[in-house]
Amino acid sequence: MKLTKILALAAGAFVALGGQLHAGDPMLINGAGATFPFPIYSKWFAEYIKVDPSVRFNYQSIGSGGGQKQIMSETVDFGASDGPMSDENLAKAPGKLLHIPTVAGAVVITYNLPGSPKLKLDGATVADIFLGKITKWNDSRIASLNPGASLPGDDIIVVHRSDGSGTSYIFTDYLSSVSKAWESKVGKATSVKWPTGLGAKGNEGVAGQVKQLPGTIGYVELAYAHQNHLPFADLKNSSGHFITPTLDSVTEALATAKIPEDFRFSMVNPPGDKAYPIAGCTWLLVYEKQKDSAKGEKLVQFLNWAMKSGEGLASSLDYAPLPDNLRDRVLKRIKTIQY
Amino acid sequence: MANALNPSATASQPPAAMTRRKLGDRAFEYLTLLMALAVFILIILIGYELAHGSTLSLKKFGWHFLVSSDWDPVSEEFGALPFIFGTLVSSAIALIIAVPLSIASAVFLTELAPRWMRQPLTIFIELLAAVPSVILGLWGIFVMVPWLRTHLFPWLKSSLGFLPLFKGPIYGVSMLAGGIILAIMIIPIITSVSREIIRSVPGLQREAAYALGATRWEVTRIAVLSYAKKGLFGAVILGLGRALGETMAVTMVIGNRPEIAASLFAPGYTLASVVANEFTEATTDIYLHALFELGLVLLGVTVLVNALAQLLLKTLGGPEIKSQH
Repeated sequence: MKLTKILALAAGAFVALGGQLHAGDPMLINGAGATFPFPIYSKWFAEYIKVDPSVRFNYQSIGSGGGQKQIMSETVDFGASDGPMSDENLAKAPGKLLHIPTVAGAVVITYNLPGSPKLKLDGATVADIFLGKITKWNDSRIASLNPGASLPGDDIIVVHRSDGSGTSYIFTDYLSSVSKAWESKVGKATSVKWPTGLGAKGNEGVAGQVKQLPGTIGYVELAYAHQNHLPFADLKNSSGHFITPTLDSVTEALATAKIPEDFRFSMVNPPGDKAYPIAGCTWLLVYEKQKDSAKGEKLVQFLNWAMKSGEGLASSLDYAPLPDNLRDRVLKRIKTIQY
Repeated sequence: MANALNPSATASQPPAAMTRRKLGDRAFEYLTLLMALAVFILIILIGYELAHGSTLSLKKFGWHFLVSSDWDPVSEEFGALPFIFGTLVSSAIALIIAVPLSIASAVFLTELAPRWMRQPLTIFIELLAAVPSVILGLWGIFVMVPWLRTHLFPWLKSSLGFLPLFKGPIYGVSMLAGGIILAIMIIPIITSVSREIIRSVPGLQREAAYALGATRWEVTRIAVLSYAKKGLFGAVILGLGRALGETMAVTMVIGNRPEIAASLFAPGYTLASVVANEFTEATTDIYLHALFELGLVLLGVTVLVNALAQLLLKTLGGPEIKSQH
């Protein structure tokens, strides 16, 4: 534990020092954590300079685990995570930490089949493919969902992420919610014990592997699939409709998901008619009681701006913005931050 | 080196100069000792911190950690065996491919190549050492693995498929692909060190062999390689050290599946890769400690392999010959 603390401190010191060297006059607010929202956060921070030139944000995308550790040891002013913090970690933090949801993303199922037919899949089938129970592409369960599609008799080769990631968390969360067997055998986490398949590093690794190897099936972020023109499957949601993953169907998922007061929620498989079922949120982590009142004030101003104006920038980077009802609730929560 | 510090070597010096020289020698000796100790202390400290960082996991799993094949972050059961296996096997494949190639090219560069060719070729080999491993990894995914999958592996399977080593489905990413990329990474190191060692074989050795009527091959074999074998072995160990700890390029082509399979076409996983892959998103204490313990195991494996190599070196015999640089 000591070394991790030292590393965290060193990283924090580095962040702080690096900031001060460049900062000069503007105040510097440091954050660290999740890699998934890094592009949109960078965009926000760059845009926010125009709104308030007296403050600069420095965000290091070191991963959700690192983000949680650093905010818990107070080496950064805010943390960021792709998964909600556990009760255990929340209890260890020196103060009350708030989860502020920012944007959502979807995970899509991509595959490599001759002619790239548009596939339709349902949760139970996807779970059994990733469990290694369905092993051939022309299995009757896939065929019955896709009448008319020509499916080869080849082996299905599963490709999953080898690095710990929020994408895997969302995907395994979904599989756990649709399959009892998955929930009891594998479970949900940023990395799990995969029953079958090849591990590839990052979205680009999974996409590369699926593109090259005929008969593969894998999962990547929606943004990644869009930018790389990968084929992806329509999924049957909990109301029985087949939904194409789009930003709208993700925002729809957010709007209909049950979201608790502390915003630590999972939004997979929500009830909405038009909701795409594999979607997840990413959070900023901030203390309810800010130690530095000047920094706290600037941080709250930024969070308000992010909710009101920043959300509008999300879709240009393939992130789904929060629906209005959730955004209002988040704004109310931001008001409770004391500084 | 031991001879240079031996007082008998300076015995013929006049007394005044001798004490002055001795003082300088002393200071130099202590200075170098300090440097050498710093490396030693660094390794001890790394070992200590790794052990300290993995206390929870050490306590919970004990020796079982080394023999268990379970790696399940959800139920928090951790074992390192498939990763140890993957690390050793991928490095072994790398050595099997890289050692003959490297030593042959070192021999060519020093003994056989025309003079105008030596310098450019050497520069190219050293350039290969400067390619960052992530670049090699990307090249591995997009160029090497597809080629292996469509050309080399099917050929191996059809000609050597009766061996369990070359059975089973071909995915491209595999233990063998990991070994091949490692071989590419360690060839420059082994080649350049071997080249220096072969260059430092005294010319008299060669001339004596020629005088006895030996052919070029015989001169190379008897006068050069046999004379330099200890040094060459050292070069191989340097390469092995890099292979054991290499991370990025390997993880991109090895398939990242914690499994012990007889077939080299099956995916594998290495100690260094799993730490690099999972460390950033590990949030629970026991998980982090288990990852730290993998680091400790890797350090242990490296030390053990090196110790074994030293033992093997002792049995080799032959004169001790080192690079002049």
